Amino acid sequence: MEKIICVCGHENPAGTKLCGKCGRPLTEEAKTSKIVDMKYDGAAIRSKTRNKSIIDKIWNFFSSVRVGITLIIINLIAASIGTIFPQEFYISVSTEPEKAAYYEKTYGSLGKLYYELGLSNVYSSWWFQVLVGLLAISIIVASIDRGIPLHKSLKNQRVKRHESFMKRQRIIAEGAVTEGDSANTMNLVEEKMKKLRYKVRRDGNALLAERGRFARYGPYINHVGLIVFLTAVMLRLVPGFYVDESMWIREGEMRAVPGMEGYFIENEKFILETHDNQQTENQELQGVNVVAKNYQTDVKLYKQADNSIPGQADNLELVKEYSVRVNHPLQHDGYAFYQMDFRLNEIKAMNFELTNKETGASLGAVSIDLANPQDEYVINDQTKVELMGYYPDFSGFENGEPQTATPTPNNPAFIFKMVTPDKPEGEISFVAIQQTIEPNGDNTHKMAFNSVETRNMSGLTVHKDSTIPMLAIGGAIFMIGVVIGSYWHHRRLWVEQLEDGTIRLAAHTNKNWFGIKKDLDAVTAFAHLPTYIDQSEDDQDEKEKEGDSTL
Amino acid sequence: MDKKKKRSITRGVILIVLLAAIAYTVYSSATKDKVEVLQVGDKAPDFELVDLYESGLKHRLSDYEGKGIFLNFWGTWCEPCKKEMPAMSNQYASYKDQGVEVLTVNIAQSEFEVKKFIESLDVHFPVAIDKTKSVMTAYNVDLLPATILINPEGEVEKIITGEMNEAQIASYMESIKPEQE
Repeated sequence: MEKIICVCGHENPAGTKLCGKCGRPLTEEAKTSKIVDMKYDGAAIRSKTRNKSIIDKIWNFFSSVRVGITLIIINLIAASIGTIFPQEFYISVSTEPEKAAYYEKTYGSLGKLYYELGLSNVYSSWWFQVLVGLLAISIIVASIDRGIPLHKSLKNQRVKRHESFMKRQRIIAEGAVTEGDSANTMNLVEEKMKKLRYKVRRDGNALLAERGRFARYGPYINHVGLIVFLTAVMLRLVPGFYVDESMWIREGEMRAVPGMEGYFIENEKFILETHDNQQTENQELQGVNVVAKNYQTDVKLYKQADNSIPGQADNLELVKEYSVRVNHPLQHDGYAFYQMDFRLNEIKAMNFELTNKETGASLGAVSIDLANPQDEYVINDQTKVELMGYYPDFSGFENGEPQTATPTPNNPAFIFKMVTPDKPEGEISFVAIQQTIEPNGDNTHKMAFNSVETRNMSGLTVHKDSTIPMLAIGGAIFMIGVVIGSYWHHRRLWVEQLEDGTIRLAAHTNKNWFGIKKDLDAVTAFAHLPTYIDQSEDDQDEKEKEGDSTL
Repeated sequence: MDKKKKRSITRGVILIVLLAAIAYTVYSSATKDKVEVLQVGDKAPDFELVDLYESGLKHRLSDYEGKGIFLNFWGTWCEPCKKEMPAMSNQYASYKDQGVEVLTVNIAQSEFEVKKFIESLDVHFPVAIDKTKSVMTAYNVDLLPATILINPEGEVEKIITGEMNEAQIASYMESIKPEQE
């Protein structure tokens, strides 16, 4: 790649549009256009300078604005497809066949297609992540490619620019001062521009007034914020940064906390409080009976002693006791336990009376703790009930044996052997809810159901997200970039006094030409400068491009 | 020339780093559910559970080093668990003397249920109850039955979810049998 050597002797990298030193237009296009393209101040975009190796080709691909915009659009489309139907994690079924059935049942054949194409889990799909990743690469490469040359050219700005540069700016003026001594003009310009809070530099008979240069960095700052944000999202996948687990725990139970090694949580009590106010008319219309006031789980958090291993439960130390309520999670060591769900009145214990069928006389009460059933319940020397089988969720017989469908006491069933003074050899009875089977013919005794004791179950989620500070920082940087780029403008004014005392002036801003014209009006009046003209005023095309030169 | 080369290298490095980040993201999200879980080749997490029948007997994984461990998770409600148990019992009887230990872990049910269940099946191998589900959590057991084969070096040899037949059980026990001196 050859360098372009400007008439002034400055060496510019290939692709440069305006000489980095004097501002002379270097390309044919720039030479013939009436107003020069001031994007990146005419510096060569890095990717334009060389295009040789495979690395350069990949680099240039990602640097292209067209590729970047295409990626943004593809990302938007992909992300919006994910919102057509609810994503899988919003659906309260867990297994794959259930999910498939859910989508088909709820949304018809379209839903089925949606599920089968994997769109019901778009954001975790590899191709969506690749798309976001490609966009991130595009942002980074394009920023490096444009930001660094722009920074260099802004940093190394010359005060004195060549006539061909000045004349091709949008706002120009040329002519003698309108009033007073032309020898003092430059001083007046400097004084006024300083008052207008411009930074003024002078070099011989030339002057450069500049203001708000940092506004040009807005887009790059904003990109940095975006990248920080995306990095934080990526970090969620790194083990240890992000935990989101849910667990069910019954009153009185202690469970290992998923995702939080070495910790155990015990549910002391679940409390559901409701407002005891009268139903309002609206509530009645909507069929609302009660309004919940409080969902609360009283828990104890335990930690295993150091270098303990799973399964050991005899060396726990209490870390915290807390009442977890909605919006009041138990917090410890970056983890938070949220109250998410509950189930009321699961059977905990069942109370029976050992009863003589004929007389109805009770021989004694038996209470069976379903969490810990015993082999036998002794009433007295001659009377006892042996528990021969317990099936928490009785689902029928198979080969004559009772089966249980789940470990949850939804439909408890028992096989009792009742030993009584009358029948010392014992009578066998199978007892389920509303069902009694006496396999050996008629018994004289029965286990009469008396009452149940229930307990509640709490659904908690365990949450940890170490990426939140980083997400916040990324978001803040992004917003700062947007603000800088939107509310500040980079304005420049070049003035040169020619040898005959006449003034040549040019001005440029990256946006808000109205604003710079106001400044110009002020300085023109103050220093008696020749009237400026806006070269694009009669040129509709140029005007439409106004908002285009942010970068 | 030098400068160009340097720039090429910088660009190459940036691109490689970024592509690696994407690859890592895709890889870890694909394996997300398994990341904190053990995988074949990992060191099997140590644990300690109390024997169902002898409250003084603690089964600690690290105490079995040098033996192959056939670790089986089950529940009384799980039909396939029930089906594979007699075969496990049979094979254990013949592999016991060859340095293979079986430990079956029930998921947080009551002692009564577990004892009745084991007795009704007439199977013979060590049983323990994971009362707080902590071993289950450590081994990330989701579906029952789940069987973890641990070789004599204490590494996970294979993870099997679902029912096994007797021939499979035999071959699994064979695969973790320690080398005979």
